[in-house]
Amino acid sequence: MDIRKQLEKRILIIDGAMGTMIQRYKLEEADYRGERFKDWHLDVKGNNDLLCLTQPHIIEEIHSQYLEAGADIIETNTFSSTTIAMADYEMQSLAYELNVAAAKCGRRAADKYTAQDPSKPRYVAGAIGPLNKTLSLSPDVNNPGFRALTFDEAMTAYYEQVSGLVDGGVDIILIETIFDTLNAKAAIYATKKYFQDTKKPELPIMISGTITDASGRTLSGQTLEAFYTSVAHAKPLSIGLNCALGAAEMRPHIEELSQIAACFTSAYPNAGLPNAMGEYDELPEQTAHFIEEWAEQGFVNIVGGCCGTTPDHIRHIADHVKKITPRPLPVLEEAL
Amino acid sequence: MSEQVVIKPYLRLSGLEPLIVRPETNFVNVGERTNVTGSKKFARLIRENKYEEALSVARQQVESGAQVLDVNMDDALLDGVKAMTTFLNLLQSEPDIAKIPIMIDSSKFEIIEAGLKCVQGKCIVNSISMKEGVDKFIREAQICKLFGAAVVVMAFDEQGQADTFQRRVDICTKAYQILTEEVGIPPQDIIFDPNIFAVATGIEEHNNYAIDFIEATRVIKQRMPLAKISGGVSNISFSFRGNDHVREAMHSVFLYYAIKAGMDMGIVNAGQLVIYDEIEPQLRELCEDVILNRRADSTDRLISFAETVKAKGKIEVKDEAWRNGTVQERLTHALVNGITDYIELDTEEARQQYARPLEVIEGPLMDGMNVVGDLFGSGKMFLPQVVKSARVMKKSVAVLTPFIEEEKKKNPAAQSGGAARILLATVKGDVHDIGKNIVGVVLGCNGYDIIDLGVMVPADKILETAQRERADIIGLSGLITPSLDEMVHVAKEMKRRNMKQPLLIGGATTSRMHTAVKIAPEYDLGVVHVLDASRSVTVAGSLLSNEQKPEFLTKIRDEYKKLKEDFGNKKSAKQYLTFADAQKNKVKIDWDGFTPVKPTFTGTKIFDNYDLREIAQYIDWGPFFIAWELHGKFPAILKDEKVGKEATRLYEDAKVLLKQIIDEKWLNARGVIGFWPAEAVAADTVEVFSDKGKFQLDFLRQQVKKAANQPNISLADFIKPSNGSTTPSDFIGAFTVTMQGIEPHVERFAKNMDDYNKITLQVLADRLVEAFAELLHERVRKEFWGYASNEQFSNEELISESYSGIRPAPGYPACPDHTEKYKLFEMLGGKEATGITLTESLAMYPASSVSGWYFAHPDSKYFGIGKIEKDQFEDYARRKGMPLDEAERWLRPVLE
Repeated sequence: MDIRKQLEKRILIIDGAMGTMIQRYKLEEADYRGERFKDWHLDVKGNNDLLCLTQPHIIEEIHSQYLEAGADIIETNTFSSTTIAMADYEMQSLAYELNVAAAKCGRRAADKYTAQDPSKPRYVAGAIGPLNKTLSLSPDVNNPGFRALTFDEAMTAYYEQVSGLVDGGVDIILIETIFDTLNAKAAIYATKKYFQDTKKPELPIMISGTITDASGRTLSGQTLEAFYTSVAHAKPLSIGLNCALGAAEMRPHIEELSQIAACFTSAYPNAGLPNAMGEYDELPEQTAHFIEEWAEQGFVNIVGGCCGTTPDHIRHIADHVKKITPRPLPVLEEAL
Repeated sequence: MSEQVVIKPYLRLSGLEPLIVRPETNFVNVGERTNVTGSKKFARLIRENKYEEALSVARQQVESGAQVLDVNMDDALLDGVKAMTTFLNLLQSEPDIAKIPIMIDSSKFEIIEAGLKCVQGKCIVNSISMKEGVDKFIREAQICKLFGAAVVVMAFDEQGQADTFQRRVDICTKAYQILTEEVGIPPQDIIFDPNIFAVATGIEEHNNYAIDFIEATRVIKQRMPLAKISGGVSNISFSFRGNDHVREAMHSVFLYYAIKAGMDMGIVNAGQLVIYDEIEPQLRELCEDVILNRRADSTDRLISFAETVKAKGKIEVKDEAWRNGTVQERLTHALVNGITDYIELDTEEARQQYARPLEVIEGPLMDGMNVVGDLFGSGKMFLPQVVKSARVMKKSVAVLTPFIEEEKKKNPAAQSGGAARILLATVKGDVHDIGKNIVGVVLGCNGYDIIDLGVMVPADKILETAQRERADIIGLSGLITPSLDEMVHVAKEMKRRNMKQPLLIGGATTSRMHTAVKIAPEYDLGVVHVLDASRSVTVAGSLLSNEQKPEFLTKIRDEYKKLKEDFGNKKSAKQYLTFADAQKNKVKIDWDGFTPVKPTFTGTKIFDNYDLREIAQYIDWGPFFIAWELHGKFPAILKDEKVGKEATRLYEDAKVLLKQIIDEKWLNARGVIGFWPAEAVAADTVEVFSDKGKFQLDFLRQQVKKAANQPNISLADFIKPSNGSTTPSDFIGAFTVTMQGIEPHVERFAKNMDDYNKITLQVLADRLVEAFAELLHERVRKEFWGYASNEQFSNEELISESYSGIRPAPGYPACPDHTEKYKLFEMLGGKEATGITLTESLAMYPASSVSGWYFAHPDSKYFGIGKIEKDQFEDYARRKGMPLDEAERWLRPVLE
């Protein structure tokens, strides 16, 4: 069922953190490697995306926990499934396969829940992360004109990721945690180009940026409005924010976005700011309380959680917003 | 629940910040100077690969009010793709430029595409057209769409450029249809350039060009109201090249009518538009006649007027436009330009905007200082400017400090800023701190928290403070040679204490070689020699970056290891004479044919409150600029292409301060000179018969094997040997000079957070004391000793040491043993004479002090001892009656 129809009716719930949930399984090097990579020449513990191949049942189980908690949209476990990010483990050649496998994990879980209750269709969003290299910033402070990556390299890596996600059966392309807008533009370019080249019907694109601090700017220095202006050509299904901030800190930014976005809006904050130990300790009801207020103010269409959030958070969020009318789409005038 | 949002179809562009073109926006200025085809200067800079400097052209455009920046690299001699990529990548790192959207301008689409791949914001592509057919037009438009760029469409098709009203309208209408219906570009992202051509060219067909453009604009905007109209405005006045006065008036008149007709934006030299109402009426009318093609003779009339206009020099007015920016922008402007006029006001305003006072420091102030740091790092700001920026920063912080303190009182748990901390100190025994102060200011500007322990700091205090205050880096400074040993000692102590901080070494006497050979081996966790203040930033940056540090230190370690090995190899390569042979190869002076001149007095003569005005005439300004890290010869440096402007400003500031120092007698110039009978009693020993008793001066001799007929020199060679009689027939002189009383003024500047004047004062005091030494030396030669009473030298000739006789200083190359200074001081009457004291390393305090021996023989000259061998060392220690280990400590710089 067309997700747009659902979005006009109600606020949709996107899932919470994948990494936080994986941690609960306390996996060791051997678990990450599985049978297939038992002789791999580098350590792979921490390569969470690899689990889609080596421990697919765990990933599917996590998806199911979020779906059980009420998530309408689950994100594939593919944040780093690009040739560029996988280079850390010398697993570049697995990028396409990882995306297909991850999409299938998500697909199986989502389809199971849609079948249980067809009035609440579940969607799989193919998650495209920011890469570990940036196109607008130099990694060398003494050489500001230097770039560790070219646009074409980023575009090629994203293109492969999109093809894997689409082949694995996702419903949505989700470009998320954007801290360098030019990386996101490469992802948009790749997505559009993929659908043009393959002549497949274009899937909806969700775009979610990251405001890194109270300045209200992205890491690459753009204001929120400049960021939205720079990616609006993707004609996204939704524009939103995730990560880096907790709900309390994210509020002014999501409010601003809700005033300027021509499309639906999304927000999935972290469970507060990390404490001194680097852990997130905002309680589910606290997060839900913040998000409920956003919903009441009409700021949002899609809500969920990022780092530190759990199925419990998602359950609370879903409960708190289920009766609240979603933000209406803006009127797009055609004359000045 | 909120109201439903209404979104208007405005053209929305972005750099780091958005630019929304609304009907009330009136007119968007697109800066044109970053265009190699239009700006000779920019073209030259790009061709010469001076990208950093080329950025200043962009910055000037932004500062002059450009809202979009046109960048064009179409030059037959350039690799356009590479130039566009390099320039735009660099530009992204300059937030004050990158804040505005970029117009990527090229006639080659591959250059446009390369540009689009570098810019995160929403750009304008300038331009695409149907010049080479519709297919190519569509293909290029599709690529622009994938990047989300707005497009400038030239009114051009396969028949050529549209030059009539009708062709302009027809081509634009067709292009609009294709773009909106076939390609799917939003209508508000389409910008037409209906071709601005030159008028008043003398060719009759051209006379209606302006009117045609204006009328076409009107019709296009009626038919396609969301589309925009742009154009290259300066084309209109092309026939008046060289007469900016008339050209600017024509642009202004043209825009007045074109904007009324609906023109939205134009490529202009931002900052050079005159206001329509301010054009003198006669010229305005003539321009209107030309633009609107109102009279047959309008061109002729404007030409005759233009001939009467002398290109009048424009009066530079203090630009206060920056006061209109946001408080963040104003703070940055003040920091970059070193303006303190409004800093208290702006800081207070910022404080009220932020939740906590600390956020003002961490936010806008640090942002501003980052800009300063980047500009300095890329050679676009010079040290004196950075120090002025620091002064602005400190003033601002001073406004905030009481509030931060109060907040701490209320909430003691509130943590202070997480800036990396650098501890700086001049080592024990040394009093020189100008260089260290400069490093402190520069690092402070780059966001580091500086703990400055001052001068004469014992190792214990340095290391204890570093541990207690959790310094991330320790920096040691020193000027005199014994400080080198003290630095080695600090390094050893760091190892003993298991410290982790990297150790930076700097100061006039330090060197990469000494650091590599002597200091680095004593401490394993990073010892780096820093050549000057500007390098300190990159070094600190590398050491504090977890990613860069290991690689950086490995690189340094390898480099130092190699230096050390080379040093070891070189040592054996040099050949030395035995000390006895070296003594035999002394300077041959025909003493029998020489009658020493008897000084006008023997004993000492004291000077107090010597006239500073007279001293100032002897200043050697060269080292003044070197202290500020501006390199070049004086006075040529004042006209230097790169640093001339800043050098001139610094020179002017210094002269103002110097006048104040003189007028208000800030410093007391004190000095003492003395002459005594003396004779060489052995090859390297001179005996002096002073009123305070007999002194034995011990000198060192060059020992390296020289070329044939080149002597192995010792200062003792310049004193007539004893002939066995009881009264020596030769003389030696000595002097010390100092500038007293600097402390209260340094303190006052420090209290005012005015490092700029503080350092300038310290450097000037150094210059003055050197000048005083020069002046006294001249008077000694001509008057007091009088061996060169007819001498006539200019200051330049004095500086180049053209005079006869020398004044070498103990501790420096000709007589490197600092301990001889004790004798010199005693002979001159000690502390009472001038107020100078000696530290345990034999540095003189006040820091601005100079001492030396006077030698009068015409063959005497300055030289360096170089390295000496063990035989001479042992002989020297024996002569002085100094234990070997102590002698080794003092002579280490000349031992191998």
